[in-house]
Amino acid sequence: MQFHELTLFDARKLLDAKDISSVDLVTALLERIESCDGEIQAYITVDEKGALASARKADERLANGDSTPLLGIPVALKDLLCTKGLATTCASRMLEGFVPQYDATVVEKLKESGAVILGKTNLDEFAMGSSTENSGFHITRNPWSLDHVPGGSSGGSAAAVAARLCTASLGTDTGGSIRQPASHCGVVGIKPTYGRVSRFGLVSYASSLDQIGPITRDVRDTAIMLNALCGHDPRDTTSANVAVPDFTAALDEYETQGLKGMVAGIPKEFLSVKGLDSDVEKAFYHSVKQLESLGVEVKEISLPHTDYAVAAYYVIAPSEASSNLARFDGVRYGYRDTEAADLIGMYKKTKSKGFGDEVQRRIITGTYALSAGYYDAYYGQATKVRSLISQDFSRAFEGCDIIISPVAPTPAFKIGENVDDPLTMYLTDIFTLSTNMAGLPGISIPCGHGKTGLPIGFQMMANRFDEMALVRAAYGLEQTLALENCFPEM
Amino acid sequence: MEAAIPPLGETFGGFLADFFMKITKKDIEYIAHLSRLEVDDSLVDKFADQVSRILQYIDKLKDVDVSGVELMAGAALSTNVFREDIPHTPPGPEITLANAPEREDDFYMVPKAVG
Repeated sequence: MQFHELTLFDARKLLDAKDISSVDLVTALLERIESCDGEIQAYITVDEKGALASARKADERLANGDSTPLLGIPVALKDLLCTKGLATTCASRMLEGFVPQYDATVVEKLKESGAVILGKTNLDEFAMGSSTENSGFHITRNPWSLDHVPGGSSGGSAAAVAARLCTASLGTDTGGSIRQPASHCGVVGIKPTYGRVSRFGLVSYASSLDQIGPITRDVRDTAIMLNALCGHDPRDTTSANVAVPDFTAALDEYETQGLKGMVAGIPKEFLSVKGLDSDVEKAFYHSVKQLESLGVEVKEISLPHTDYAVAAYYVIAPSEASSNLARFDGVRYGYRDTEAADLIGMYKKTKSKGFGDEVQRRIITGTYALSAGYYDAYYGQATKVRSLISQDFSRAFEGCDIIISPVAPTPAFKIGENVDDPLTMYLTDIFTLSTNMAGLPGISIPCGHGKTGLPIGFQMMANRFDEMALVRAAYGLEQTLALENCFPEM
Repeated sequence: MEAAIPPLGETFGGFLADFFMKITKKDIEYIAHLSRLEVDDSLVDKFADQVSRILQYIDKLKDVDVSGVELMAGAALSTNVFREDIPHTPPGPEITLANAPEREDDFYMVPKAVG
């Protein structure tokens, strides 16, 4: 096996046994990026020098008998996370040349755990999109088929893991932006419970919905990454001060106890969605059968307000975005237009030239929804519908441990297919965004391939702070499905 | 003084407006001004059409009976967050102003703000 193919877990074993060095691993991945990323374009910035320097340090520590869970492991970060001294662009012209003066808490935590930061990955500008086509710099291609999108907005992070251009990566998920690209690229992605992972140093899109999470090759690696990322942070007031379990213990729980006795609910409203692809449906029910064979009781449940989730989301997220993105005014950081002679003119020219179309569209929609005379009808109504969506989940979890569904209605779509039709693009988020509305954790794991060979993901959702149930069930399904062909040929 | 919000849905007034919220070019220009955006002429029509379609879809929220429902503004745990009021050393101007597009000494420079 070549170094770039190693999972995090296997790389850890080889590093600890001194069979390989971190420099070997990082060099192999940098070579792989050099040879493959011209086509995929998963990265915005590759920090070759910084990565090799960190790898050398990691090797010194390993030589001294030191070991931390991520020591010497090369990871890639969605370019929405602040990295001290390393450009952070949010895939926007607005932040070209911006160099943060501090690390996001998750970046600090990865570094403390010994990880080597390989670089920053592409995304839809400010995480607004479902295909990574809205990047201000370049599109990213799906490693399984270069004329298809990788999904989004964490498309670069998912494509980088799928194409073996890093060992693991971080994404962010506001309405499905970790799970949907993970599904489209055939990798594992988890959005933890809101508050589980600190958002300090994450450039805000919709603060009440945003959450950071890992994208990995398999479920075991997800558990290892969660251990490094989760925990209370006083610098993020929405960060939850709750105990963090050892997520790898959920793998042992599966090994010793299986999944017998677990109850999984299928929301009937999800499966009656128009436009659900037959391959996605087939792969979903095949996985349901596997879960049943493991002793999981599967039953139908109802989330009655599902039909309103997309509408409520596309009021709340743009409303928060219109407020959050007001900070990019050309005064303190990022791009500034120098044409205008007065301050208001400078703001306007800076924003209009710095932001791409989708960002401007969402700012306009959000400003409209929050404006005098429309606030109650749009934002007020949407937040009440959000309550009802959250209550639907609470009721459902009284009768089941996990809720299962497809991740997206179709496998990855073609580049350019939905680009002029924002509403159709928004509707592809139907299965994922309810969990963000309710603050729940959700995971996507590969469950098969469609006729065209593109991967299909399976989603599991759990009650707040019950990522253990997700890791255990996802690991069980992954082991049972034992998918072959889970590495795109490149 | 900001101008009053212009009447929305000039094309579809009254009863129809409840079902089809048509955003006009003028609406887009006004909202853009509130957002401090200068939407390019070539984009105004496109945005008016796209935002109309989005709002038309969002209008389905009106069908939900929310009487007696509390709003949910966030998903954080509903507990107050307190911390000790301990002074910290600020990072200083070199770090704070490191990314300033234009500065003079320890100040951000901006174009004329008062006429």
